[in-house]
Amino acid sequence: MRARLWGTRGSVAAPGADTARYGGNTSCVEVRGPQGTVLVLDAGTGIRPLGRALEGTLRRVDVVLTHLHLDHIQGLGFFAPLYDPDVETHLWGPASTTLGLRGRLQRYLSPPLFPVHLRDIRGLVLHDLPIGEFDIGEFRVTADRICHPGFTVGYRIAAGGATLAYLSDHEPALGVPRFPLRADWTSGYALARDADLLVHDAQYALPEYEEHVGWGHSALEHTLAFAELAAARHLVTFHHDPAHDDEAIDRMTAEARAAVPVRCTVTTGAEGAVFEVG
Amino acid sequence: MSQKPIELILMRQLASTLAMPIFLVDADGTLAFYNEPAERVLGMRFEETGEMPAGEWSTIWTPTRADGSPLAAERLPLMIAVAERKPAHGDFWIRGLDGTRRHIEATAFPLMRLTDHVLGAVVIFWETPS
Repeated sequence: MRARLWGTRGSVAAPGADTARYGGNTSCVEVRGPQGTVLVLDAGTGIRPLGRALEGTLRRVDVVLTHLHLDHIQGLGFFAPLYDPDVETHLWGPASTTLGLRGRLQRYLSPPLFPVHLRDIRGLVLHDLPIGEFDIGEFRVTADRICHPGFTVGYRIAAGGATLAYLSDHEPALGVPRFPLRADWTSGYALARDADLLVHDAQYALPEYEEHVGWGHSALEHTLAFAELAAARHLVTFHHDPAHDDEAIDRMTAEARAAVPVRCTVTTGAEGAVFEVG
Repeated sequence: MSQKPIELILMRQLASTLAMPIFLVDADGTLAFYNEPAERVLGMRFEETGEMPAGEWSTIWTPTRADGSPLAAERLPLMIAVAERKPAHGDFWIRGLDGTRRHIEATAFPLMRLTDHVLGAVVIFWETPS
């Protein structure tokens, strides 16, 4: 399995010279299986260049959304395969207690917020995301709700003996004075346990987190502690705060790593980075 | 080690911050957690009791009616909430693990997902004058 990061930024796109190394596009990860199945995690602005790269190369693509905050769906309308009559795009995302995925997405993908109606995008197949395990091509996908405002899930994706966990927006330390608690009382643990690659929210430095408790994101120190608890083999920090330039991310990461030793490999998520998983 | 559903995790985190006694069970009725205010009423710290099957916790505090007759486990508001998937309210007596007999009023509600499957239940309870 191979994973490529197309967007690593959280909250809102942050292009510019000072964010060029880790990237300015919002959440999007391409996962490609050994047999060629293409699975896209989230549809932030990073999905636009991914769509261009996929043009003419496939007949089906599956996009799974963690939740419907704008930074995770803003690129969807600009995903080229949606408008290619030879490609079927399957979009999976969480329903709410009262609305299915279509009803929720229509609030954004319709005028006046977007010029094209969702119903006019032919070749788009919507799926209310099942909580639990299901198959997409060669991938065994597990979706489970995690701690983040609204209906938000994380994913565990397995193929060919390799496992990738994706928890892009996650605040497992919410309400926990000394994080982490026991594993069975930790949000996201079952998804991340023993993952070969864990892509995880790392939006804040610890002092920033203390001013944003309940916003649904992690301090780097919490991300490292979570990876250690889950015994992940390789942690990729993700969902960088738009206010942090590359130097700030380097500085925060060094400070957090000094404070929280971990056994796993740690890589700061950078747009364009490619990981061989397993 | 399996992980609790996120709804139970969030409920425990919320309960940990509140000043009223709260007791949390999973879908099987197994005691999953009770908070510090509940410890004062139940007479023992959660760290000492730990998780406990329904058959055990529903008798360990010997719930009784006002006349002293035993109250069946399935008539406890928390067990009604789990089994019947609806809120329940009631009053009864318990004997805390510190030996003190207390009159309790309790309101329980089930924790349910999008579908109708129950993940557990919560009871908020308080000691009332007898």
